[in-house]
Amino acid sequence: MAGPMGRRQMGPKPKIENPGKLFTRVMSYVFRFYKIHCIIVVACIFISVFANLQGTLFMQKLIDVYLPPLLTAAKPDFTPLAQAIIRVACFYGIGIVSSYIQARTLLTVTQGTMKSIRNELFEHMEKLPIKYFDTHAHGDIMSIYTNDIDTLRQMISQSIPQLINSAVTIVSVFISMCILSIPLTGVTLVMIAIMLFCSGKILGKSSKYFMEQQQNLGKVNGYIEEMMNGQKVVKVFCHEDECKKDFKELNDHLYECASRANKFVNIMGPVNGQLGHLSYLVCVIVGAILALNNITGLTLGALASFLTLNKNFNMPINQISQQFNSIVMAMAGADRIFKLMDEKEEVDEGYVTLVNAKEVDGKLVETEERTGRWAWKHPHKADGTVDYVELLGDVVFDDVDFGYTDEKMVLHNIDLFATPGQKIAFVGSTGAGKTTITNLINRFYDIQDGKIRYDGININKIKKADLRRSLGIVLQDTHLFSGTIMENIRFGKLDATDEEVIAAAKLANADKFIHKLPDGYNTQLIEDGANLSQGQRQLLAIARAAIADPPVLILDEATSSIDTRTERIVQEGMDKLMKGRTTFVIAHRLSTVKNSDCIMVLEQGRVIERGNHDQLIEAKGKYYQLYTGNEIGA
Amino acid sequence: MHQVKRILQEVKEFKAASFATPIWMLVEVICETLIPLLMASIITYGVEAGNMDHILKMGGIMVILVAIGFTGGLLGGVYGAKASTGLARNLRESMFNKIQTYSFSNIDKFSTAGLVTRLTTDVTNVQNSYQMVLRIAMRAPASMIISLVMAFIINKNLASIYLVAIVFLSIVLFFIIRRATKTFMEAFPKYDALNASVQENVSAIRVVKAYVREEEETKKFHKASDAILKIFTKAEKNVIINQPIMQFTVYSCIILISWLGAKMISTDALVIGDLMALLTYCMNILMNLMMVSMIFVMLSMSTASIRRISEVLEEESTLQNPAEPVYEVADGSILFKDVEFSYNAGAEEPILKDIDLEIKSGETIGIIGGTGSAKSTLVNLISRLYDVDKGEVLVGGLNVKDYDMDSLRNQVSVVLQSNVLFSGSIYENLRWGDIDATDEECQRACKLACADEFINRFPDGYNTHIEQGGTNVSGGQKQRLCIARALLKKPKILILDDSTSAVDTATDAKIRKAFRDEIPNTTKLIIAQRIASVQDADRIIVMDNGMINGFGTHEELLTNNEIYREVYESQTGGAGDFDEKEGI
Repeated sequence: MAGPMGRRQMGPKPKIENPGKLFTRVMSYVFRFYKIHCIIVVACIFISVFANLQGTLFMQKLIDVYLPPLLTAAKPDFTPLAQAIIRVACFYGIGIVSSYIQARTLLTVTQGTMKSIRNELFEHMEKLPIKYFDTHAHGDIMSIYTNDIDTLRQMISQSIPQLINSAVTIVSVFISMCILSIPLTGVTLVMIAIMLFCSGKILGKSSKYFMEQQQNLGKVNGYIEEMMNGQKVVKVFCHEDECKKDFKELNDHLYECASRANKFVNIMGPVNGQLGHLSYLVCVIVGAILALNNITGLTLGALASFLTLNKNFNMPINQISQQFNSIVMAMAGADRIFKLMDEKEEVDEGYVTLVNAKEVDGKLVETEERTGRWAWKHPHKADGTVDYVELLGDVVFDDVDFGYTDEKMVLHNIDLFATPGQKIAFVGSTGAGKTTITNLINRFYDIQDGKIRYDGININKIKKADLRRSLGIVLQDTHLFSGTIMENIRFGKLDATDEEVIAAAKLANADKFIHKLPDGYNTQLIEDGANLSQGQRQLLAIARAAIADPPVLILDEATSSIDTRTERIVQEGMDKLMKGRTTFVIAHRLSTVKNSDCIMVLEQGRVIERGNHDQLIEAKGKYYQLYTGNEIGA
Repeated sequence: MHQVKRILQEVKEFKAASFATPIWMLVEVICETLIPLLMASIITYGVEAGNMDHILKMGGIMVILVAIGFTGGLLGGVYGAKASTGLARNLRESMFNKIQTYSFSNIDKFSTAGLVTRLTTDVTNVQNSYQMVLRIAMRAPASMIISLVMAFIINKNLASIYLVAIVFLSIVLFFIIRRATKTFMEAFPKYDALNASVQENVSAIRVVKAYVREEEETKKFHKASDAILKIFTKAEKNVIINQPIMQFTVYSCIILISWLGAKMISTDALVIGDLMALLTYCMNILMNLMMVSMIFVMLSMSTASIRRISEVLEEESTLQNPAEPVYEVADGSILFKDVEFSYNAGAEEPILKDIDLEIKSGETIGIIGGTGSAKSTLVNLISRLYDVDKGEVLVGGLNVKDYDMDSLRNQVSVVLQSNVLFSGSIYENLRWGDIDATDEECQRACKLACADEFINRFPDGYNTHIEQGGTNVSGGQKQRLCIARALLKKPKILILDDSTSAVDTATDAKIRKAFRDEIPNTTKLIIAQRIASVQDADRIIVMDNGMINGFGTHEELLTNNEIYREVYESQTGGAGDFDEKEGI
């Protein structure tokens, strides 16, 4: 019964393809760990329905079998009735126990399934390439974890058991009805058909209006979010009245749709309820005629039972139609959840790994202990030999082309040589491709053409995790995590001791301000470190990079949102950090890059000038123009 | 309680619908509870007595009752939908409009995210609760009471069983709900924390990946996820015993009534039809009791929303327009007289103190200083985004508190540090500055702000659609558009709060040159990190720790201000050859 109606409801939502497949996939999560639980739940549902039915049958017997003798006998015998009541009490008891077991088991199933979906989702998300995060709105990703998982929870914990229950009830009640009276069953079926027709019509309308409501709600919420974020700008531009006007329009529209959608949902209850009453009434009249005229042998007790069954038949049908909306919503949610789960993971075909090394007889060999020296372990498949190359931080770009999509290249013919310990700077206006270059070194993105070599090894051969471990990165947006300051610095090296953390903080000039905080290193950071100033956050990010002690550093606009006075403190920390490391610096504040060994000036994805500060100033090209703020030739 | 009252004030034009809903629901309920009575009558006097006339007569009455009940249910549903969605509309509108009157300090108090939640999730919660209350708060108790009365009319003694059942179930429900809400209240913050950790990982994914911390983060998440599983299972465990207890009560009633009823029937104290009616009422009474308890749960869950909404509605703007406002700002002169200011009244140290400052109309003033030195705070007082605690701020010779706030802000144009563009075309965004600006005026402003060069490169030029938050333009482009937008106001005072930080030095210089040449009479205040951005200003203010540390020309400050010299040297490296080159 669920099938055809289900499809009809899917009709106006073309977005969900193949709901059946989605549903099976959701259920596969349920069955993975909870096969036995599910069997228990279904068994309990059967038992509950059966016990309930026994109750109904008892009523019939009460009126037909047990009560009449009491009316006539002079000295009525209550033993048969007492026995029947004890029997039915047992059934009731079984029903109560089984419905509790059902609820309790279902709770385990639901929470457990939610957990495994949640965990798998997160685990998978962590493995997705940066591209996914760059191309999807973060709010949408969040909503998968909150709204979409919740719709699944509702479906698993409520809708599905309800549907099974309803289906079992419908079948069992139908059979009982047939046993009691076939003509009355026919009457009931006709009424049910009318009911289904009406609720189908209403459901169709309401789901259309509901979609409209969701759309408008989305618009209103979007507008709210935008305006609240820009509220200060609204004030500064005295734009309040215009905003009020725009909002009123959107809001009124939402009201109209919401009101309409809710109306249809609300009238579904009375329509079905009253049709149920009519069905009941028709059965009474037809049944009375049958019973009075003794047609088909319908007894008074049978009629009474039938009327109860009639009511019991209407209820599950009502419930089924009520569950549809939530199942449709859950499928839409499942669709988004699985889309994320089906996103391709970041592939890593690298086989060169980073190992601890020590020198024995002038040769590097692998060792278990932490020597402070690292080497790339490079196995050669062809002859089975293993090479060890010392990790030094030598980076070479050889004619690299790159585009975020294959159609549009953003970097062209980039050549670059950074020998260990050198400081290489990228300058250029926004959008010139500076950050893109650093995204390539750590393989957040893969290049289309050319080669990038790290200590002479093509970075495509290096295992991504090891490659990234050998690179320290400090970004403009610091991104700290909730937790203590200690934990945040330790993010760079998980097994760091407290002393190492403090040493790193000292190196980054962060120790001083940390000591001034009420709880020192144990101060809790909230919301990405909102309780710290931008400069303080940046110092922590530097400390985090320092503790990782990587041979290569990438500083992407690390100081651009700090004022110059604070920058001096940060810069000192960074200078200490940069010592002896290959460093890539991106900055638009030229004073930060001046002492670089090589400055590359980028424009529209090409290197247009390269050289050290003096050479570039001498050349009086773009760098000179950027640096002095003068037009060329002015 | 007064918070609920405050929310109810927003019902406004939906009062009629709000009153009609429970009344119509009552009509439905009355019909619904009368029907079993008719059924009993049909069975007893119709079927048993073999009286077909009686069956048809009662049947006729039943059809009428069904029709009335249907009307009641229908109208109750329609009005309920109207009233609740209407209340939601009014709440959103009132809050939104109220927020428009907020001053900066009001906005700071609530935070953007807080305001968004209040306008969205909280309103939806209230809408659902209101609908629930209107439709069920009347219906359920009424249905319960009517059924109970009916039961009593049929048979006092048997009906008293229900009374006992109600008391029993009420007490049990009360304790279950109390425990459940308590555990849920503990659980929700954990859930929020889990979501926060997802949020963190989504936005900081570059850091996670750069440090190869995917596995650790996953482990952390799994741990949090386990905690959620535990606490929610604990919370839900309380809820799921509801159902068995309800069943237990209903079944006990059925058995008791059957047994005692049978005894009464044997002594002719009860007829069979009445026994059936009594059993029907059993479900009705106890189910509705359950409903009532659900209402309490719903309401207790939405009290937080109610409180948050009423907070927004009751918040009064900290800034008020004067009684007889002045609409015209005479000129662009600025005077600070012994000004002191702090964001919250209880602060020990004021953010700004002892500020005395005189700026002549048409001057270009640079402001420089470290983070937290209160540069932004200083300029925010000029357009009266905040009120001073002590002293006064005069613009055009008049205290800023004497101006009409809109007029003041239209003539004192601020480009905020945290600036935003809105979804819409570039033209639409620019016209925030001046709704009536012609295309040519917009283009001229963009030229001044050096925004024209990149706008012209866009395929759609000035009609390019800007995404929400301006995500499809770079930081430097955004800043230049924001400057152009502010220029369109043709202000007497223009304030740039670190508005060219993402713009390269050359363009920055070009913008400043355009200001000098094109709008010489406008007073310009430029907050900047780069000395280069301010050194050609008429005078420069050096802020330090909420006080003015120095005020003078570039040359003066170089000789007599230590902080300024320090910053200057740090930016130029102090090497001699740069000083020379700087002059070119």
